[in-house]
Amino acid sequence: MSSVLYDTPGPRAKRRNLLLSVVFFLLLALLAWWVWQKLDDKGQLKWDLWQPFTTSEAWTTYLLPGLGNTLKAAALAMVIALPLGAVFGIARMSDHAWVRISAGWVVEFFRSIPVLLLMLFAQEFYVRSTDVGSDERPLYAVVTGLVLYNASVLAEVVRAGVLALPKGQTEAAYAIGLRKGQTMTGILLPQAVTVMLPAIVSQLVVVVKDTALGGVMLQFTELLTARGTLAANYANVIPSFVVVAVVFILLNLALTTFASWLERRLRRSKRGTGAVLGAEDVQDLNAAEVAGAFGSGASA
Amino acid sequence: MPFTYATHPEAREIVFDFLQGYDVLGAFWTTVKLAVFSAVGSLVWGTLLAAMRVSPVPLMRGFGTAYVNIVRNIPLTVIIIFTSLGLADIFGVTLGASDFKVQGFRLAILGLTAYTAAFICEAIRSGINTVPVGQAEAARAIGLNFSQTLRLIVLPQAFRAVIGPLANVLIALTKNTTVAAAISVAEAAALMKTMIENEAQTLAIGAVFAFGFVVLTLPTGLFLGWLAKRLAVKR
Amino acid sequence: MQLRKVTAASAAVLALALSATACGSGDKDDSGSSGGGKIKVGIKFDQPGLGLQEPDGSFSGFDVDVATYVAGQLGYKPNQIEFVQTKSADRENALARGDVKFIAATYSITDERKAKVDFAGPYLLAHQDLLVKKDSTIAKGADLNGKKLCSVTGSTSAQNIQQTIAPKANLKEVSTYSECIAGLQSGSVDAVTTDDSILAGFAAQDKYKGQFKLAGLKLSNENYGIGVKKGDTATADKINTALEKMVSDGSWQKAVDKNFGPANYKNEPAPKIGVIVK
Repeated sequence: MSSVLYDTPGPRAKRRNLLLSVVFFLLLALLAWWVWQKLDDKGQLKWDLWQPFTTSEAWTTYLLPGLGNTLKAAALAMVIALPLGAVFGIARMSDHAWVRISAGWVVEFFRSIPVLLLMLFAQEFYVRSTDVGSDERPLYAVVTGLVLYNASVLAEVVRAGVLALPKGQTEAAYAIGLRKGQTMTGILLPQAVTVMLPAIVSQLVVVVKDTALGGVMLQFTELLTARGTLAANYANVIPSFVVVAVVFILLNLALTTFASWLERRLRRSKRGTGAVLGAEDVQDLNAAEVAGAFGSGASA
Repeated sequence: MPFTYATHPEAREIVFDFLQGYDVLGAFWTTVKLAVFSAVGSLVWGTLLAAMRVSPVPLMRGFGTAYVNIVRNIPLTVIIIFTSLGLADIFGVTLGASDFKVQGFRLAILGLTAYTAAFICEAIRSGINTVPVGQAEAARAIGLNFSQTLRLIVLPQAFRAVIGPLANVLIALTKNTTVAAAISVAEAAALMKTMIENEAQTLAIGAVFAFGFVVLTLPTGLFLGWLAKRLAVKR
Repeated sequence: MQLRKVTAASAAVLALALSATACGSGDKDDSGSSGGGKIKVGIKFDQPGLGLQEPDGSFSGFDVDVATYVAGQLGYKPNQIEFVQTKSADRENALARGDVKFIAATYSITDERKAKVDFAGPYLLAHQDLLVKKDSTIAKGADLNGKKLCSVTGSTSAQNIQQTIAPKANLKEVSTYSECIAGLQSGSVDAVTTDDSILAGFAAQDKYKGQFKLAGLKLSNENYGIGVKKGDTATADKINTALEKMVSDGSWQKAVDKNFGPANYKNEPAPKIGVIVK
């Protein structure tokens, strides 16, 4: 841990640290003063720009419905992506090379394409090939993009979750005469679900953040777009941005905190195997690990 | 005679007709530039942040932690739009560009850097944590101070351990450059949006852009994966 | 054992989610084609003076008043009207699919659009214009060369300026007009361009009152019409009759006074139905 990097500070180190603290504090204070000054300069601190957020109307008419759509898209995407991801994750562990490799290609393909492109493409696809109404089309497009991407990430989560289980589990299952399918559904997956829970919750943070893409580029009326209608009314572009950012931060911090609480709890629990996939692991999975991907080897 | 584009040049024209009049390569070049500049910026800023997060000065640690926790939890879209409507409009940070096209491009790099640095910081910090305690203890035993320990002993090992996670962050960054379209930077996603709205071959256009991103991310991933294996610290 | 529970649970959630969305799409089908209960009308939600969603959830603006009057003539009481947000890019599609009965959303009649939808009206003649600061020296289109101009991404107004009026203007493209206006106030842009009717609405907002002026350039003619589904001439005819009545019984002028009066927007007189000013 970090404390190893330095000794318990002696008198000289203490003085130096104090000096550094003071200098750093002054720098931060300078920055804060500059920010405040500029905001004041441009009249952004006037109370009547911020006052709307103390009224219930600003929330019930604009922001809460927007937040509702954000959460709806995120929840739908996650619920659809989970089973899909499980299927592809299991397929990637198949004993049949063609299943393993084709599942690998699908997963890696969707992980290496930006979510925004997937959403834009889905949007156009729904316009041309389906009769999804213009009301729901943005939601459909956003959810489709999110599902395609997150199912791929979750496939990796499922695979990593199963691989994280002690080998003895599989061996014991074979020893009592279970077949491959039975071992997977009866022994490995139920345990992997617990192992994966923190990772899945952390992935929700990514999903919630990505809904905002649909707002700007696809006119999906999520929180960020609802902010636009609000700002058209109250003429408070900057304050509305700050408020929306704070809402996102609080929401995601809550999810992160919940995920790490879950992680700690599962690590400590005596019942499981002690294997847990945490937030750190899922972060790595969110980028395409194209390197080892097309081989199908287990990622470290 | 087998059918090839060489024997039937007009076929190429028909197949790639939808690319006519669009500067696809130019758009991807913008994407590459966004990714490279932001990568350099976020590596520098992210390393600084990581150093703050493990430093003996509590205020710096606090700042590093707060920065990472705030920035990681805001959608990149919000950050990118804020650079345009907040930084440029209110704070007058125009990054030396009066032309809005250049300005948007530079602001997008700034936004991508600020966002990606938080993830770089976390990757490096986890890398620092993989360096065995004994290494730092030995360093201190021979009389190195904090910055020497970090610079000479811990970071060189940490960097080699974090190449894998860093590669992932950089690939994610490449994909994230598409968000710059939100402030009208003419990169790949913005062009694709225009193209699929105006042309009939939605699938073909989607395939071209998907292929473009696979081409961009695949070599990076392969190269950094190879590097990570080569440089891995054997323990 | 456990897995079965998990799969059962996730299957239930999935089914729930699907049925929830299915309900969502089911809702709209029954009201798309008129008849008994409600009428769906497409408007803008974010343009003060024309179509704006107020904090209490109600709607205000000239387009809204016209739409309400027309719907009234078609036999719908105000509480039977359901306003739907129709973004510029979505208008033709919303009509073609029958998502809305008609659209009154700063919808200029053009030949290109006439190929896809039918229009009633026009009910207002607007012009592309510039909104500038009170003390600005910009007096004609060419003055924009070298100046910082703001408009919404991909708008025809922006193209008009770039291609013909002032090719050297430095154009900033954002996603909503309110962001342009905020930029104008903070001084990061010198002018905002779109229809004068829209600009006047923003300029009249409390927080901006007295700070901006319209340049009054009339850079184009925008004949606002009411869009209906292609081939739905019966509705278009009824709307035309309604619009004529709205002008003759003074409701049109009243709506103008109410919505454009505070903005001090000098609108053109009521256009004749079917006469498009090129």
